[in-house]
Amino acid sequence: MSIIQTLDPSYMSLQDKWRRFPIMIFLIVAMIGGVGVMCLYSAGSGSWSPWAFQHLVRFGVFYVMAVGLSFLHPRYWYIAAYPFYTICVVMLLAVDLMGVIGMGAQRWINLGFMQLQPSELMKIAIVMALARFYSHRTQEETRRFSSLLVPAGLMLLPVGLVIAQPDLGTGVVLTAAGLGIIMLAGAPLWWFGAGAGMLAAALPVLWNFMHEYQRKRVLTFIDPESDPLGAGYHITQSKIAIGSGGLTGKGYLEGTQSHLDFLPEKQTDFVFTLWSEEWGFMGSIFVLGLVLTLLIKLADTARLSRTQFSRLLVMGLGINYFLYIVINTSMVMGLIPVVGVPFPLLSYGGTAMLSVMLGFGVIGSVCVHKDVKLPRG
Amino acid sequence: MLDSERNQSQTFTRRTILVAGVQGLAFIGLGARLTQLQIVEGGRYKTLSENNRIDVQFLPPLRGRVLDDQGAVFAENIQDFRVFVLPEQIKSIDEAVDHLRDVITISEDEKKEAIKRMKKQNRFMPIMIRDHLSWDEVSAIELRLPELDGVQVRIGLTRSYPLGGNSAHIVGYVGAPTEKDVENNPLYKIPDVKIGKTGIERLYNDPLLGTPGSSRREVDVRGRIVRELETDKGVKGDDITLTLNANMQEFISQRLAQNARSGSAILMDAHNGDVYGMISYPSFDPNKFSVGISHQDWQIYRDDIAKPMNNKALSGAYPPGSTFKMITALAALEAGVIDEGTTYYCPGHFDLGKARFHCWKPQGHGTVDVVKAIAESCDVFFYSLARELGIERIAAMARRLGLGTETGLGFSEEAKGLVPDKMWKRRRYNESWMHGETVNATIGQGYTLATPIQLAVMTARLVNGGSIVKPRLIKALGDHMQPSPVFPTRSFDPKHLDLILQGMSNCVNDTTGTAYGSRIWEPGMEMGGKSGTAQVKRITKAERAAGVRNETLAWHLRHHALFVAYAPIINPRYVASVVIEHGGGGSSAAAPVARDILFEAQKRNLGDGGNAS
Repeated sequence: MSIIQTLDPSYMSLQDKWRRFPIMIFLIVAMIGGVGVMCLYSAGSGSWSPWAFQHLVRFGVFYVMAVGLSFLHPRYWYIAAYPFYTICVVMLLAVDLMGVIGMGAQRWINLGFMQLQPSELMKIAIVMALARFYSHRTQEETRRFSSLLVPAGLMLLPVGLVIAQPDLGTGVVLTAAGLGIIMLAGAPLWWFGAGAGMLAAALPVLWNFMHEYQRKRVLTFIDPESDPLGAGYHITQSKIAIGSGGLTGKGYLEGTQSHLDFLPEKQTDFVFTLWSEEWGFMGSIFVLGLVLTLLIKLADTARLSRTQFSRLLVMGLGINYFLYIVINTSMVMGLIPVVGVPFPLLSYGGTAMLSVMLGFGVIGSVCVHKDVKLPRG
Repeated sequence: MLDSERNQSQTFTRRTILVAGVQGLAFIGLGARLTQLQIVEGGRYKTLSENNRIDVQFLPPLRGRVLDDQGAVFAENIQDFRVFVLPEQIKSIDEAVDHLRDVITISEDEKKEAIKRMKKQNRFMPIMIRDHLSWDEVSAIELRLPELDGVQVRIGLTRSYPLGGNSAHIVGYVGAPTEKDVENNPLYKIPDVKIGKTGIERLYNDPLLGTPGSSRREVDVRGRIVRELETDKGVKGDDITLTLNANMQEFISQRLAQNARSGSAILMDAHNGDVYGMISYPSFDPNKFSVGISHQDWQIYRDDIAKPMNNKALSGAYPPGSTFKMITALAALEAGVIDEGTTYYCPGHFDLGKARFHCWKPQGHGTVDVVKAIAESCDVFFYSLARELGIERIAAMARRLGLGTETGLGFSEEAKGLVPDKMWKRRRYNESWMHGETVNATIGQGYTLATPIQLAVMTARLVNGGSIVKPRLIKALGDHMQPSPVFPTRSFDPKHLDLILQGMSNCVNDTTGTAYGSRIWEPGMEMGGKSGTAQVKRITKAERAAGVRNETLAWHLRHHALFVAYAPIINPRYVASVVIEHGGGGSSAAAPVARDILFEAQKRNLGDGGNAS
């Protein structure tokens, strides 16, 4: 042990950090990002503009950022958790208020070089805030019902703001990710059972609060063919695109559904459809396999982490990424109603990528420092 | 403390396994869904995606031509220049049309049509503004094309009838299908397809039409054509070769024009029924119809009292008058009521009870046998047969010779004519047949009606030795020569037929014959024939006394002049039937026309080109 380490138990040399750097995770992330660039090149009809080039540049920048963040000590996340959460809530409020005071309903803040969607950053912030909250709660405290108050508040505030935008999809993701962390922290399982029961009872009430377009989406989801040219059109066309890909796909740049514009939003929410059409079952399973491998690696990383904060952080971010993918792919395959959730790293869009890469930076830093303990208190 | 931490770690691990399990299940679900969509239902979705992107556009096939027996063209397709605008490239259709109006004339109707078309069709399809541009108009547009946004000149095909109107009633014309046509045949939805509206164009529309081609194109979600995949040009329609001879048609038409304000003439092969000439005069210009006739032109045709739109050769039903006498004579001969030696005395009239029937010749014909009765058209001879012969046997003979039913050409406008008998009168008027009506029927007056084509068929069946010939207009369909028709024969006694022909020959070639003035001088080409006069308005006794004569009546009240003829008198080849509406007497008005037609046909030796019997 060097002197420095004696003085500061959390000290690691750069070499030590490189040795612990989660190469596998970052390799998979790079591959998914590469698939994204390929998709957007195809979406632009075999051209770097308007999407592929920008996607590649952004991905490169965020990737380097994530690698850089991996070398930061996790205590910074611990310290930043609540302030970051607060900033995100303020930004969400600002976006909502802009809508109210008549600048038009918006979900983003224009930063000039990119449109920042606070709701995407909130997905990271809520994981960090909840992880921090549970990092010093004992099992007994966690199992106490009263200890649910603060996490519930932490969740309900942003969820409410997001749903007010209105963005039901992100609301669902935030809620699910938050509940995931509460469960991982050790809350009694029967709470979730009871909660699910209460939700089922509340569904009719929720239905009343839903916007007309959201209700329509649910209804057309149940029977998409009932309105093949209206709201059900997107699902139907997406299913046709995926299905017509068959086992091996139509070939790169040969997807007729996508290139002839039968597919809506092919560069954002329906980018997986484009991939599926051109690369078929094999290509789709390959991408889902990458994601699954990534998730397994994350669970493994979480399990091996020493501190509750790190564990919850990694697992929470993993759940987060999982939710993005599952909701997006289920939607394009017609398993759930159309909700505006992108496929991160494949879909064109800055904030979701920033949010996810920020997450991988955090995960990286946990991996690199998994043997290092956090100061308590 | 450590215990509690370990405890917490164990809980976390258990819960992580739970979460991982849920995630694993979710991925199994996604994989299953992918399998279902791409593997199990992949084929179905492939078809759906093909249907999405492939737009099949049908192309109108090239319509077959209509030709005469020598290959002269009655109907063909000619190139036609049309001006289109592309909706994508213009601000508004109104503005585009107004700009074009600086260069060519576009009527309000055409503008309205264009706006209608724009609303109906795909946004990316060019809209036709006007067709049948003249060369001057095409060059004017081409010159100013740079300033005319979205304007295109394209070439289309239009039906053309280069020989004009002579044969318009037979050949017919084409037009755009009506909504009802489209309902019955989805093929007619093809843009620019024209269908036959009348005549051969309509009767043989299917073989003329051909098989439409198709163009398979890849389109995007907005229907914009991305690229052509394959084009099937379709199969050109069959050319139809008619038995008509274009030169003969022209000859007959001009000959009719000299003698008639309205009428018809038919020239037919006596043996195989080939119609070499069939003219209904006056005619109309079918070219006006194929491009969509203007209101003014239509009004002119509609208001003409000579009814140019009617095909009188087929649809005109006239009392056959004295041309019917051959039927009565043959019926009497075949029934044994008379023979060649039977004579009657004609004092100029025939009394039946209190009623007196006049012969056309007031001073009478004296003693008359059957040959003289036909040659000189003695009415009293035939009146005298009425009682013994009876209407039923007259009607039966009329039917055997082709009256009372369509001749089988298939034209919808063809009239059936009328052969009256006791049952018909009972059914029609619920009255019994009067003997006086038989007397009238013997000379083709009263209820009897016949069409010019029926009279031609009747004459042919008399002169060809009794074969039940039917007329025919189609010589070849595409490359297939129509087989020479085989007709059943009637077992008329040849001696009886000879007597009839002798009467008809004498009618023209004997100095006492009623049509002696219209004989053919050329030895070996002489014709036989029989005149007829169909009353339009009966001149009453009082009128006759007051000096009213047919020639002084208003044109539309005058008698129709009829003449049926055959030539040559030895081994007859051709028959002709001529009707001059309101022309007066058959011998004077119709016989010279029939003579000239038969003389011309023999000079041209029509039908000797391989299809004569």
